[in-house]
Amino acid sequence: MIVFDHVTVRYADADEPSLRDVTLEIPEGELVLVVGPTGSGKSTLLRTINGLVPHFSGGTLTGRVIVDDHSTADHRPRDLATVVGLVEQNPVSTFVTDVVEDEIAYGMETMGLDPTTIRRRVEETLDLFGLTPLRTRPLGALSGGQQQRVAIASVFAAGPQILVLDEPTSALDPVAAEEVLASLHRIVHDLGVTVVLAEHRLERVVHHADRVILIDGGRTSALLDPAEAMADSPIHPPLVALSRLARWTPTPLSIRDARRRAGALRERLVAAKPTAGRDDGTSQRPSVLFEGAQVLRAGRPVIDDLSLSLFPGTVTALMGRNGAGKSTLLGTVAGQLTPEAGSVRVADGPTWAQPASLPARRRVALVGLVPQQPELLLYSDSVAAECAAADQDFDVASGTAAAILDGISGGLDPTRHPRDLSEGQRLELALSVILAGSPTVLLLDEPTRGLDYGAKERLAATLRDLASRGTTVLLATHDVELAAEVADRVVILADGEVVADGPVRQVLASSPAFAPQVTKVLRPQTWLTVDEVAAALGRSA
Amino acid sequence: MSARERLQHPAAWWLWGLGLATAASRTTNPMVLLLIIGVCILVVSERRDPSAPNPLMAFVVIGAMVVMFRLVLTVILGNGIRGETVLFTLPRIPLPEWASFLRIGGRVSLESLLYALYDALRLAAILACIGAANALASPRRLLRYLPATLYDVGTAIVVGLTFAPQLLSDARAVRSARALRGHDGRGIRELARLAVPVLEAAFARSLGLAASMESRGYGRAVRTTPRGRRTASVLAVIGTLGVLAGLYGLLDSSVGGVLGLPLLVIGVVVAGASLAIGASRDGRSGHRRDPWTWTETLTVICGAVPGGVLVVASAQGWTGVVPLPRAEPPPLPVLTVVAVLVAALPAWFTPRPRRALA
Repeated sequence: MIVFDHVTVRYADADEPSLRDVTLEIPEGELVLVVGPTGSGKSTLLRTINGLVPHFSGGTLTGRVIVDDHSTADHRPRDLATVVGLVEQNPVSTFVTDVVEDEIAYGMETMGLDPTTIRRRVEETLDLFGLTPLRTRPLGALSGGQQQRVAIASVFAAGPQILVLDEPTSALDPVAAEEVLASLHRIVHDLGVTVVLAEHRLERVVHHADRVILIDGGRTSALLDPAEAMADSPIHPPLVALSRLARWTPTPLSIRDARRRAGALRERLVAAKPTAGRDDGTSQRPSVLFEGAQVLRAGRPVIDDLSLSLFPGTVTALMGRNGAGKSTLLGTVAGQLTPEAGSVRVADGPTWAQPASLPARRRVALVGLVPQQPELLLYSDSVAAECAAADQDFDVASGTAAAILDGISGGLDPTRHPRDLSEGQRLELALSVILAGSPTVLLLDEPTRGLDYGAKERLAATLRDLASRGTTVLLATHDVELAAEVADRVVILADGEVVADGPVRQVLASSPAFAPQVTKVLRPQTWLTVDEVAAALGRSA
Repeated sequence: MSARERLQHPAAWWLWGLGLATAASRTTNPMVLLLIIGVCILVVSERRDPSAPNPLMAFVVIGAMVVMFRLVLTVILGNGIRGETVLFTLPRIPLPEWASFLRIGGRVSLESLLYALYDALRLAAILACIGAANALASPRRLLRYLPATLYDVGTAIVVGLTFAPQLLSDARAVRSARALRGHDGRGIRELARLAVPVLEAAFARSLGLAASMESRGYGRAVRTTPRGRRTASVLAVIGTLGVLAGLYGLLDSSVGGVLGLPLLVIGVVVAGASLAIGASRDGRSGHRRDPWTWTETLTVICGAVPGGVLVVASAQGWTGVVPLPRAEPPPLPVLTVVAVLVAALPAWFTPRPRRALA
């Protein structure tokens, strides 16, 4: 179905090619998962399939890409639209129209299908993706998960034989991600569509894949069986790490398979108790205090009657489905929004301050927020200039931000443009900028979007380190594995209200949607991470 | 959900806005201009497209800033109008002989201020008309009707049309991000710093949209010969240039109205020819297109009436259309006021968009 024949891609002005000599053949009707660290050429590989690379992006492609007997050399992306559908990373920027139904019809209109067919297919697609109740809604008013489903549906509706998706679940909460994957599963199994997708959150997708391609530094592996690929891939989900620890072969990829083998492991672990939960700090004086807070957005209450305290020296994970009010809560602590009723206060030495009424300079010394799009914080043309500007902004000794960045990232080329950094590196830079102001409260909004496991590990270490030095860390995230790794406490929001609040083990282990993989496998025991299990085994052995 | 929203055809609203903008470009009478801005606000508040953000206020604010800027510049630099009513005198900075055409400081007269005010108000009114068209029918809805024949031009128009609304939302995002670094986003230097990331983000997003349209088949050539494609493209470019030059002539009276209308007509004809050549290969179809009914036609007429009346009025030099900047209330040309009021009628007879179920 898709043939890569010695494909090499080099962008203009790039020293290194982004893809090197890729030769692959992807058969029809398979769900193929592309696995690799950030900056390894995943997006480039995906975009060569419909010819956006090099037709739209520029650069040179040598070799041949043949899609359903059409060479991308003499077919432009628009000519291949009937064959290949591409869903890009950020669905919002790719919407052409304003309303769900129009968006789904758009691709079919450009293809010139007759109106009766379009009408029928719109209805079918709405049903297939569970979007019927949303059909007249404006796209901007949908939650992230809904937008992602509309993006996939609108590409799928045009009837391509190949669907290419770039990180379709990374912005979604666990439940919405399951919905998206279930829709994909259905079109692969029932309709024989070939799906190629790249995703960092392997724990969500690897058990859906028929084949895996490993990619690193622009070089790809052959099409591998998922279990074999995971057996020695440096990038793997926690489940695979657990399997390696317990020496299970073949490697189980789904929770169900793993539970079948986990009997012996559970027995060995029954004597050992997970290390007592980390102190969630509730005995101290809080550093952030919500009292009956109500916050409006566009005249609608997003947070209602919320009371919550956060404590210094702890990492709190704020979870909940897309649109539950997590970003609004963070924005309120950072003083971007003012509560309509009740109060939000931040400890300022022995007194309290209302973040929204502080002048910006005073506020940033108390509260630092890394927004969902870290690139918004960056506006200089090199890493070094960015760090220097941060030192100036926060009035600290020059070199402070650069030193922090070195500690977090382990060395970034100071001459590079922030735009050319990988997603993970950009986050590290933005985090360093904010940390230069040494805020007592650090807020992170969805920091793991587009981060590979390596970058996530470094982020976790940084956050633990900050907490141990007394910073209050509040992290809004959909990533249950990261929450299990770093958080002391988990707060789950739904419709702007707190529905669960407690120590991480208690909250995550008891929730069906938010339980990490290790917990699901070893239930009813409440282990959260592979490291915990390893430590316990080491002790008991 | 059978009751699908009936929205007006976007082209009707944009033509209406264009007519009103033409009217605004032909007068400096502050009463008429304020009335035009008022009509824009009224119609938008009654009939705005509920599925897109409302950019009118931003356009009005930009218009107000234009007026302020112009007045401040006039106070400092003057504008060559020597008025009798001197309001106050600023200390004059002496300049060398060769720069005698410039002056900094000096007498500030009411007349020169009024002249600047009237002229800036005209630009503000045109901006309000564009903002109103944006709010009444989002440019993205208009895009669906953009002929695929004009592919190359079309992509440029996509980037252009979505750029301004994108710019506004990005400006908000960047400004709040700047606050996170301890800047409160005020002052000229701060504004300059904001400009780069905002322009960059908005441009990247417009390009993303163009990439998405490309990969979703916009501008597919279903049946095409290289020669037909070339002819259509050349005609399209010439036609668009003609339309643009014609519009420019129509909006800027100093170029001369004779140049405006004929050029516009020629441009439209050439563009039409390009469409006709390309139509055979424009294989697109429509899904639940907004129909063109009597309300659309009437809306366009309601926009054309003030445009037409003011073009005639300025050509014949009716009193009060271009009032002299004197320290007295300018005379009010009654017929033009009535014509502008006609443009407010669509606020009643057009179908009311249902409120979005947010």
